[in-house]
Amino acid sequence: MSVAYAPIVRALGSETALVLVALAVLTLDFIIGRKREVAKRRELVGAVALFGLALSAVPLVGQVGMTNVLLPGETLVVNPLVIIFKFVLIVLTAVTVLISIDHDIGTHVGEYFAMLLFGAIGMLLLVGTEEFLTIFVALELTSISLYVLTAFHKNSLRSQEAALKYFLFGAIATAFLLFGLSYIYGLTGATNLRDIGAALAKKGTDPLLGVGLLCVLVGLGFKVAMVPFHLWAPDAYEGAPTPVTAFIATGSKVASFFVLVKVLMVAFAGAVGSAYWGAFESGWAMVLGLTATASMVLGNCAAIVQRNVKRLLAYSSIAHAGYILVGLVAASSTGATAVLFYVIVYAITNLGAFGVVAALASRAGGDDLEHFNGMAKRAPFLSLLMLVFVLSLAGIPPLGGFFGKFYLFAAAVECDAEMFGLLWLVALGIVMSAVSLYYYLVLMKHMYVLPAKDETRIATPGHLKMALAFCAAGVVLLGVFPEPILALLKALVVRL
Amino acid sequence: MRTDWTIYLTFLGAGLIMLLPRNAKNLIRWVALLTGAAGLALGLHGCIVYDGTGFVHLANVSWIPSLGVRYHLAVDGLNLPLVLLNGIVCVTGILFSWNIEERVKEFFAFFLTLIAGVYGVFMAMDLFLLFVFYELAIVPKYFIIAIWGSTRKEYGAMKLVLYSFVGSAAVFIGVLAAFFAGGGQTFDILEMAKNPIARHVQVWVFPLVFAGFGVLAGMWPFHTWAPTGHVAAPTAASMLLAGVVMKLGSYACLRAAMLLFPSGLAHWQWWIAWLGVIGILYGAAVALVQKDFKFIIGYSSVSHMGFVLLGLATLNRDGMSGAVLQMFSHGIVASLLFAVVGRMVYDRTHTRQLDELGGLAKVIPFACVTFVIGGAASMGMPGFSGFVAEIQVLIGAFKMSPWLAALAALSIAVTSAYILNALHKVFYGEDGRDVQSATAMPPISVPEIVGAVILMATLVIVGLYPQSLLNMIQANVDSFLGGMR
Repeated sequence: MSVAYAPIVRALGSETALVLVALAVLTLDFIIGRKREVAKRRELVGAVALFGLALSAVPLVGQVGMTNVLLPGETLVVNPLVIIFKFVLIVLTAVTVLISIDHDIGTHVGEYFAMLLFGAIGMLLLVGTEEFLTIFVALELTSISLYVLTAFHKNSLRSQEAALKYFLFGAIATAFLLFGLSYIYGLTGATNLRDIGAALAKKGTDPLLGVGLLCVLVGLGFKVAMVPFHLWAPDAYEGAPTPVTAFIATGSKVASFFVLVKVLMVAFAGAVGSAYWGAFESGWAMVLGLTATASMVLGNCAAIVQRNVKRLLAYSSIAHAGYILVGLVAASSTGATAVLFYVIVYAITNLGAFGVVAALASRAGGDDLEHFNGMAKRAPFLSLLMLVFVLSLAGIPPLGGFFGKFYLFAAAVECDAEMFGLLWLVALGIVMSAVSLYYYLVLMKHMYVLPAKDETRIATPGHLKMALAFCAAGVVLLGVFPEPILALLKALVVRL
Repeated sequence: MRTDWTIYLTFLGAGLIMLLPRNAKNLIRWVALLTGAAGLALGLHGCIVYDGTGFVHLANVSWIPSLGVRYHLAVDGLNLPLVLLNGIVCVTGILFSWNIEERVKEFFAFFLTLIAGVYGVFMAMDLFLLFVFYELAIVPKYFIIAIWGSTRKEYGAMKLVLYSFVGSAAVFIGVLAAFFAGGGQTFDILEMAKNPIARHVQVWVFPLVFAGFGVLAGMWPFHTWAPTGHVAAPTAASMLLAGVVMKLGSYACLRAAMLLFPSGLAHWQWWIAWLGVIGILYGAAVALVQKDFKFIIGYSSVSHMGFVLLGLATLNRDGMSGAVLQMFSHGIVASLLFAVVGRMVYDRTHTRQLDELGGLAKVIPFACVTFVIGGAASMGMPGFSGFVAEIQVLIGAFKMSPWLAALAALSIAVTSAYILNALHKVFYGEDGRDVQSATAMPPISVPEIVGAVILMATLVIVGLYPQSLLNMIQANVDSFLGGMR
């Protein structure tokens, strides 16, 4: 079989650009950076990284016309949905870079930004493939970059512990994933999602399929931090440098959920099962129904007692993984649309929230709740942005988080509108959002109600404010005018 | 100008205040007052030009077609009085907050956001839109109470918000179920009402939605947020809470739960009526033994909101018209009483304990007069709006069952007892410790007088000429009842 290289190059335009820029960033910092101040180096190298990210978005424009171009074995896929998500990932990475420029990340500036870009490349690849081996490689590329980034506070014991924990859990999850994939390959003789789907449809159920599916769910469940594979998240979120936390919580989540949707809806469409009340059937919907329940309950309840803002947001993101899974359990195209919409909203919101934490915590002396006392007076603009992000996470209209959640739950009810089979899960999710309002308001109480010990104003650089205001604007717009994106996703998901 | 501009103007006012420098306190106050006054003028204009029956559609455009959500605002005789009420309470609330000195900018920004959300709930004719405005009105309350409140303010604020949010969670579940049971095509209330969903679904969806909204209406046994919330809140927020926020709940019960689920309503009608009566008696009885002046008014709100629920449950013309008028009337009465307690008395004496107060009639006679008028309206004295409303509810209840009416009427005697007791202890009786050093007490200020006069005038006008509001309420109750059958 002869391979046509031109479309491959075209399909990999963004990734290629990012590889080149990542290498350039490394060399640049090595050559001219070493003698300068760290802050100056961050600005310089960060600016180059930003430029590279902007550059990497250009090939996407050229791909817009390509609908469902599949390269041999579906190793690379280009379609509008992939383009949208690649674009989202590039924007998320760019905002992460902007947050990082302002943050103390030690002296290895070039390596930091290069790792960030490598991580982004992994995510882009992850989104742009429908083949298990490539998914695996891309997942590893992302994960390894993130392990390294987590450990970037070289003098902080917590950062090291977090990285080690993240790495060990990650390694085990990867083992599960590979093991599961080997079973799936053994069953179907295929590694690309569509062929697996077709082969499984012919075969019917098989106990080996159950083992393989479960192992795949463990591997991907680790990435999206769903209970019971969430144990790394609070420590990693707390210990990692905050911009890295933001990246783990957003970019990595977006890519992982995207791939999870694709794997389940395309390859395992025949093993859905059912999580309808009183009509449980084994399959991934049932498994995810249970993990969604556990994630929503544990994430929200554990968040209540947290005293550290990053840990609080970590548990909140476990809870949010639970809400998102509710949309997947619906196993319908509306459900998939809702998941993808919510993931975008969630990522923008959380990126903003962690961005504010990153900006304020370093200047307020720490990231415990007490350090945020009286922030509304010390940094009124960033506090206002944080209010927007937190209320969106809590699901208060007219913000994106509200509409996203509404649509997720609506999709879950819709899939069995006659008997309300999933209403139990939806009801649980709604009740748990009411619980979540408590800890979000506690955070707001610290920022808006309690007095600060030291009332000096906190000044933050303009580019950071701009980046975060951009996130907040996105959250508001997605809440008030969700229709354009929603209609677009809806039309594209049908062809998934 | 159309009445829906009340929402936009109020939001604009809030946005404008956010842009003003934080030290320009007087400018901020005046911007807030003008915004409130503009809203009131629009509401009043809307009431005057309204021709008596049917809906006036103000906006009806597609908003989120994927879900069948429309941006649909309309007014009729049932919500116009409440829009007017919101305007009045907003203006007077701002007047009674004139003395707030701390974080003035944020206070009025939150205050106007809340007001705008309330306007939105009253006019929304799309279930999704109503829900959006409803939740939008919940959050500012937390900040207003937790930042500017008193007496366990953080506890009171959190309790209030969590109660409201749990209530709206129940509503959320019910709304989703109703939407898909109805075919999943539209959230438009008027469209949904045309094709009621299956009876067996209505039977469990109705209590979810009704009780969910009922939480905010102070429905017994979900009322416990109300007294603590009212007590913790600053004066303007107590006025708003008792004056309009509780009406959000009862109005949404009427507009969403009762209109959309007639079979469910028929199934649960007696439960609601009895919960209403229990609320009336329980609130009054508990108010009787309170030692804190503000708690008395707080529990009296629970009692008076019980009349609204009872009136709604009667499902006849008298009872329901009375309920809607009671929403309006109690909004004014509660605002007036909370203004007396929170602003006129507490800000001067710094205590609300009945035992520590006394003889204030000598020092601030205006407060005494105001309290007498507000109290009389609360007791249901003829000549004030409260009388017209409660007597109608009682007539309606009597038609349903004489027992309901008899028990509810009992509360009027109890109400007189606790109002007169408070009047005696606070304004007459032995001089409290503050009166003894009365020289330090500042006189009643102009904004207070203006605010109190507006509220008292409204009470008397509606009391003496109830047809001004009753005509449009009754006509719409008739069509409401006709639409349900």
